Amino acid sequence: MRLAQGGEIDRTRPLTFTLDGVEYTGFDGDTLASAMLANGIVQVAPSLYRQRPRGIFSAGVEEPNALVQVGAEPSLQATTVRLRAGLVARTLSGVGRLTPEPEQHRYDKRFTHTDILVIGAGPSGRMAARTAAAGGARVILVGAGLPELSDPSGNVESRGPLGGIGDELAATQLRVLTGATAFGYYDSNYVLVAHKQTLWHIRARRVILATGAHEQPIVFENNDRPGIMLAGAVRKYITQYAVLPGRNAVVCTTNDSAYATVAALVQAGARVTVVDSRPIPPDLAPKGVEVISGLVTNTEGRHRITAAAVTTGSTQDRRIECDLLAVSGGWQPAVHLFSQSRGSVRWNGQAFVPDASAQANRVVGAANGTFDTRAALIEAAEAAVEAAAAVGYPVAMPPLPAVQEREITPDNPVWLVPGDPANQFVDLQRDATVADVRRAVGAGMRSPEHVKRYTTIGTGADQGRTSNIPALGVIAEALGTTPGELGTTTFRAPSVPVSFALMAGRDRGKLHDPIRTTPIHSWHVTNGAEFENVGQWKRPWFYPKPGEDMETAVLRECRAARTGVGMQDASTLGKIEVVGPDAGEFLNRMYTNAFKKLAVGSARYGMMCKADGMVFDDGVTMRLADDRYYVTTTTGGAANVLDWFEEWSQTEWPELAVTFTSVTEQWSTIAVVGPRSRAVIGLVAPDLDVSNEAFPFMTFRETTLHNGIPARIARISFSGELAYEVNVSGWYGLAAWEAIHEEGRPYGITPYGTETMHVLRAEKGFPIVGQDTDGTVTPHDLGMSWIVSQRKDFVGKRSLRRPDTARPDRKHLVGLLPVDPGQLLPEGAQMVALDAPTTPPVPMEGHVTSSYRSAALERTFALALIRNGRNRIGETLRAPLGDRVIEAIVTEPVFYDKEGARRDG
Amino acid sequence: MTVEDLRRSPLASYPGVTEIPFLTMVNVRVPPTGDAAARISARLGGPLPVVPNSVVEAGRRHILWLGPDEWLVVGPDGDRELPGMLPEAVDVSANRTTIEVRSRDLLEHGCTLDLHPRAFHAGRCAQTTIARTQVILWQTSDEPVYRLLVRGSFATYLADWLSDAACS
Amino acid sequence: MLLISCPWCGEREETEFHYGGQAFVSYPADPESLTDEEWAQYVFFRDNPKGDFAERWVHSAGCRRWFNTVRNTVTSEFLS
Ligand SMILES: [Zn+2]
Repeated sequence: MRLAQGGEIDRTRPLTFTLDGVEYTGFDGDTLASAMLANGIVQVAPSLYRQRPRGIFSAGVEEPNALVQVGAEPSLQATTVRLRAGLVARTLSGVGRLTPEPEQHRYDKRFTHTDILVIGAGPSGRMAARTAAAGGARVILVGAGLPELSDPSGNVESRGPLGGIGDELAATQLRVLTGATAFGYYDSNYVLVAHKQTLWHIRARRVILATGAHEQPIVFENNDRPGIMLAGAVRKYITQYAVLPGRNAVVCTTNDSAYATVAALVQAGARVTVVDSRPIPPDLAPKGVEVISGLVTNTEGRHRITAAAVTTGSTQDRRIECDLLAVSGGWQPAVHLFSQSRGSVRWNGQAFVPDASAQANRVVGAANGTFDTRAALIEAAEAAVEAAAAVGYPVAMPPLPAVQEREITPDNPVWLVPGDPANQFVDLQRDATVADVRRAVGAGMRSPEHVKRYTTIGTGADQGRTSNIPALGVIAEALGTTPGELGTTTFRAPSVPVSFALMAGRDRGKLHDPIRTTPIHSWHVTNGAEFENVGQWKRPWFYPKPGEDMETAVLRECRAARTGVGMQDASTLGKIEVVGPDAGEFLNRMYTNAFKKLAVGSARYGMMCKADGMVFDDGVTMRLADDRYYVTTTTGGAANVLDWFEEWSQTEWPELAVTFTSVTEQWSTIAVVGPRSRAVIGLVAPDLDVSNEAFPFMTFRETTLHNGIPARIARISFSGELAYEVNVSGWYGLAAWEAIHEEGRPYGITPYGTETMHVLRAEKGFPIVGQDTDGTVTPHDLGMSWIVSQRKDFVGKRSLRRPDTARPDRKHLVGLLPVDPGQLLPEGAQMVALDAPTTPPVPMEGHVTSSYRSAALERTFALALIRNGRNRIGETLRAPLGDRVIEAIVTEPVFYDKEGARRDG
Repeated sequence: MTVEDLRRSPLASYPGVTEIPFLTMVNVRVPPTGDAAARISARLGGPLPVVPNSVVEAGRRHILWLGPDEWLVVGPDGDRELPGMLPEAVDVSANRTTIEVRSRDLLEHGCTLDLHPRAFHAGRCAQTTIARTQVILWQTSDEPVYRLLVRGSFATYLADWLSDAACS
Repeated sequence: MLLISCPWCGEREETEFHYGGQAFVSYPADPESLTDEEWAQYVFFRDNPKGDFAERWVHSAGCRRWFNTVRNTVTSEFLS
């Protein structure tokens, strides 16, 4: 029921919303839960397992019952959903369901640094922020409610004059995030804050935690009926939202704090009876309110509480009719973030309170177990003064507001009231009872971690804010110890549910991962290329002509490169300039083969191993000058090779004068491949003598293309054909490509993609590092012993003599020819012996690493790593593929032009 | 028509992002003290900065600290002298392109560095990441004006990201 | 997410760095003179203490410098 006046809602702005298909009205400033209560709705969806009626229990992030789906977003707490016009919500029983629809909202991230971060904007947090900012330090105040500060327009942040904080701070470096939740506290004071649709990553030099405390329930029989609420929540509904959750209330408490609720209820016109666990309750209730020393033991009612059973020490047990039962079992400091920061907590007899910090932070106010307002403010101001000094912007202790002190009657904590344990609920969200906890202890669980896993207590969206302490109390009682002896479980981020969409931010769709493109990319797109992802690169895969499928297109491209001329954009190759007098010596130590004596103007293929002797990368290196090499790496290996060079140079051989500069994008590389490539290059580079004598294989020449573009052209072949690589500045990549394409037109020059490149090289048995190798393959395994120098040391050399690495029956790279030349072995297929058993265990002989249809061979073929493969040439193996079997004969891995007659044209 | 007319910068046809194309850049790697460094400083008319992540102006060129033995010398478009001027240098002009950004707020959507004027200002540079790509971030003015030097292959991604971030 | 201090660039986010394992494990002067076991010790075996550990990091997304540091493997606190 909405009260006629009061609250911090904006009555001039009514908002219509829909809950479970029915339309209601609330006000701006409401949460969904307060608007529901204003409309007389206390009951929510039934409980997850036992289908018991449940109601709104709290007014914040501790809510275990009132879960709703809002639009596409499941499992939100109605108590934390701000009401907005047109909001459509549905109540949920414990679990939501993700929508398959894509998220429509924009989410974002912000990275920011601050000297001091204050989390929590209650009186302590505001005191800390105000004090800390006064000296000029950069301060961020993060708070969920911020009633005094909130901008009526709901602005993201306000830096100007702040009501309650004071105009004198308008010019300071204070930034306030209203309606925000800090949910993760990581190393080096790194705090994640959810703020509407933005995920703030805040790095702070000092953190002040003023996160407050959570009221605890009392566990009695049938403590889960709709209409049973935390006392503080009842007060908040009345004072902040002007909503009276019930007219006939029982307030059951173990401490003084609930008397503020009693006063609010009375002032709002409710009838109130107080049940206080202390033998002599304090005289805090307004006149005319009956105060009973005792405890609620049970309740009645179905869709809403109708009466509470009360046991008293001195008089007879009572039955009090009511429509609202407000409960306060004491306050547990909100130590989630402090605990995440690796701060330790200790049991003070009633609650776990912060003990020792592990990072540069301090906990103040209720979060530190300091519930007296004046003491909390002093604590907050002192923490701020200390933090401000530590970050170099000192401030003096501020004047403290006069707060009326009063005598406090000590709490009389009660975890559990005797009753039927099967209906005493410890975790409302998980539907777990005292009986469940006792069963877990009976099954031998001793640690709270184990009991929680057994019962799932504390694993709900509310993170056990209202179940942790009662569960520990019940476990302790069952084991005859105290919660302090048991200790609490580890708190982990996120401390409140956070949507995946918020975590992802704008890293979705094309921004999910960088897409790298070459300077020639636009041409590939215009000319209909299908693309393949190679690492982060988009590379043309094949260029289908109208009506062509992939197989047809690739066979056509292969045929062109073998019989005419093809061209490929090879700009993605990694490129590194290695400079210095010791460049040759350094490369000698890195590669299995030698580079020190490579002639200037020449190129050499090289292979690199890791220290364990396994192939790591390969590529062609050109010697540009005595002290300068141009190294190419695999497309995927570029960054790793550069890092590898730097590591050895800096950490092992600093005495070698050699440096490395990545030039991957400095150069565009165009491969021109096929018997007619010489003619095309001759036209494109008229100054160049392209004869085999003047420009032999594995050399390069600096020249100028006919259109004036400076170029470095090399005779390098990855296909076995006569081939050239034209390197030009990235600025000229597209122009050079178009020029070559134009000059090649009379020869039917055919652009080809990665698939054709793979087929052509596989026909020659050239392995691709990362496809035909997997970090367990040595150069010898690849049949490339010729590339392993016996004369010099290189990284990994010693490993090649290790007994396991030197075994003659390791897996070798071999060819496979399917017996049926039309059948294509799937890459990754496991090969087994012809006579292998058909039921497990089946000995695996190895697997297919590359498999294609070949235009040149007019059949299928494959490469495979096969155990002892080189010694099994001619043997037939089987690939069992579930519904079918492909038989294939082991062969040498070179299928085409075994003599190497084609590379000189 | 000259050969320069055939050049094409990575963001030549990208609307809404300020690209400063074709700046001349060379990477210099020499020991910070010694003959080579002295000779290079004399040749450039300005010292190779030794303060990490700082920039020195040398005539129409700037020298950016990239590492204790590594600098990036940036000259204007058409600085034909620079690429061949220093024997140790590597021409990296086409390796990166340059995007100008005039909003700290925009960068804070994806840059983890502290860009507050107390921590970062004109004359500072840093190699870091923005969103998911590496950049050289160089503040040229306290207005503020930033330059992002990004690998050509990542330029479209970064431009996409900046355009998207500017909408929020 | 750790804040790691590069000796050159100062404090940067952990994501700018790569971990390089135990420090002060040098490449043997003459690998060929080592027994298989000695070589395997170099290639495959590293300490894994609980507590202070001398290790290598590289500021890979920044100045690309390698450096040695001591980190407590329990608290992740950098001590040097
Ligand atoms: Zn660094």
